[in-house]
Amino acid sequence: MLRFPGGGLMLQKDFRRLAMILLFAPFALWIALLVVLPHIGMIRLSLREKVAPRVYEFGFANYLDFINEPIYWNTLLRTGSMSLLVTALALLIGFPIAYYIAKLASNRTRGALFLICLIPLWVSDLIRAFGWILLLRETGVISSFLQWAGIVNQPIEFLYNDVTVIIGLVYTVMLFMIVPLVSTLDGMDNSMIEAGYNLGGNGFTVLRRIIVPYAMPGIVSGCIVVFMLTAGSYLTPILLGGKNSSWFTEQIYNQFITRFNWEAGAAFGILLLLFTSTVIWLGLKLSGQTLANTVAKS
Amino acid sequence: MLAQNRSTPFLWGFRLYVAVFFVFLASPLIAAGAFAFNDSLFPALPWQGFTLDWFFNDTEPKLGMFHDRRLLRGLYYSFVIAVTVSALSVFVGTTNAFLFVRGRFPAKNFFYIVMVIPLVIPGVILGISILVLASDTANYLENNLDLELEFLRPGIFLVVLGQFSFITTITSLVITARLKKFDETMEEAALNLGASRARVLRTITLPFLRPAMIAAGIVAFLVSFENFNTTLFLVGSEAPLTITMYDRMAKVGSTPVLNAVSFFLMVGSGLLALLSILVQRDKSSR
Repeated sequence: MLRFPGGGLMLQKDFRRLAMILLFAPFALWIALLVVLPHIGMIRLSLREKVAPRVYEFGFANYLDFINEPIYWNTLLRTGSMSLLVTALALLIGFPIAYYIAKLASNRTRGALFLICLIPLWVSDLIRAFGWILLLRETGVISSFLQWAGIVNQPIEFLYNDVTVIIGLVYTVMLFMIVPLVSTLDGMDNSMIEAGYNLGGNGFTVLRRIIVPYAMPGIVSGCIVVFMLTAGSYLTPILLGGKNSSWFTEQIYNQFITRFNWEAGAAFGILLLLFTSTVIWLGLKLSGQTLANTVAKS
Repeated sequence: MLAQNRSTPFLWGFRLYVAVFFVFLASPLIAAGAFAFNDSLFPALPWQGFTLDWFFNDTEPKLGMFHDRRLLRGLYYSFVIAVTVSALSVFVGTTNAFLFVRGRFPAKNFFYIVMVIPLVIPGVILGISILVLASDTANYLENNLDLELEFLRPGIFLVVLGQFSFITTITSLVITARLKKFDETMEEAALNLGASRARVLRTITLPFLRPAMIAAGIVAFLVSFENFNTTLFLVGSEAPLTITMYDRMAKVGSTPVLNAVSFFLMVGSGLLALLSILVQRDKSSR
């Protein structure tokens, strides 16, 4: 290959610029066409109000409907508060498991435990919910077992209540909590914990002053993903909670598919997005983390 | 293992907790899988004996999954969608990895955050927003240019776009992590030895990335296969398997054929997950 001193440099610079444009193109197309434009379209649609059949005007009617109809905002608040509860439970239940896998298990069992943890991740939501239905319904395994053991003398229905919905959701999102926790705890030096004990700390102080602050990026990352997945989930609340589970995504589905009222559905979508983004933003601010050092860290 | 001056009862209590947790993890999966082999018309106790009818029987009322036309068609559509999504998302994930690891351009950190955002948007919202944009575009073209574009109506094409929109973030993160570990002096050495840039890419950089690309592809395949939320709003007449199963569960009521499908999917995704781990492990020995 011939290289002229000046020309080669020029060529190389041009080549770099061309390569950058070629690399940027798929990224830009993906984000612009599938994320930015669709959301602009949805905001636009949500700001249209129907004044007569097939006649629309700009206006906030869909949002006013949301405010004036207590069922709608009650559902959003209920979805939000139950999602926060699910997130907290997932953290409380998952943290000891992650700690055990990362710090207490022997090297050989650690890999195996982590793998077992991952297996349900690869099974669809639908199958997991189906499994819970088979266990919990009136003719299900647990009810049959209790009758067989003579503890109760008639079938019990465990499905279609809030506790079941929460159990099902915690189960569904648990692994998204454990995986980031294990990877941050794994990077923690054991001598930090030992130093804490040597300086006279008891188990609780070591946990509060050393382990939790260190694991904060993992905790926040897990909480963000879990909260978002829970608030946006559709299958688990519907299947385990029944027709009256009052989950906000169900309202969106009803507006879009059942009532064919796309304007209201789009407004509800925007509201859900604003709501989850606000909660995530608050969580990041309160914990002093950023999106870049939590979820975006690969 | 962490040496701690802790009493053994504490450690045993901890172990018991971990064991209970794993029972909690496994029980619904076992319930979903085990009833596939129960010789009964309902997925419930009592156990009526072992059978493979729910897989292979070809007559009603115990129509096995491999003879159930609608389930097989759903499986086929899911497969086509998942293969397309994983090919596209691995390609864009790789270009994104080069863009963010090698590229120098203004507001890079901002764009990196933008890349991660699809992962924190609820799937339902991605689904409806893409549905709205596609329908708006299709309506506009139909009314003003008299152009009927069938692929912008709910169907496989939109399902692929909807899943691609957030799965690409996952593949980008996986492949970026791998490219960050690449030692650029290897490329420089090859260039100094007279290799062209294309050849360096083909013989050195891409082989280094291959394990991550395969693993990302498998993850993308599995996430696409099991996706429900985004797909629900974009699905047309060609329903993938999760939608077909959901319809049957909600409308017809469940028979053990759904357990058979569940068992089949669990084994399939288990094997694929194992494969992705083996591929990833390979890289460390090299």
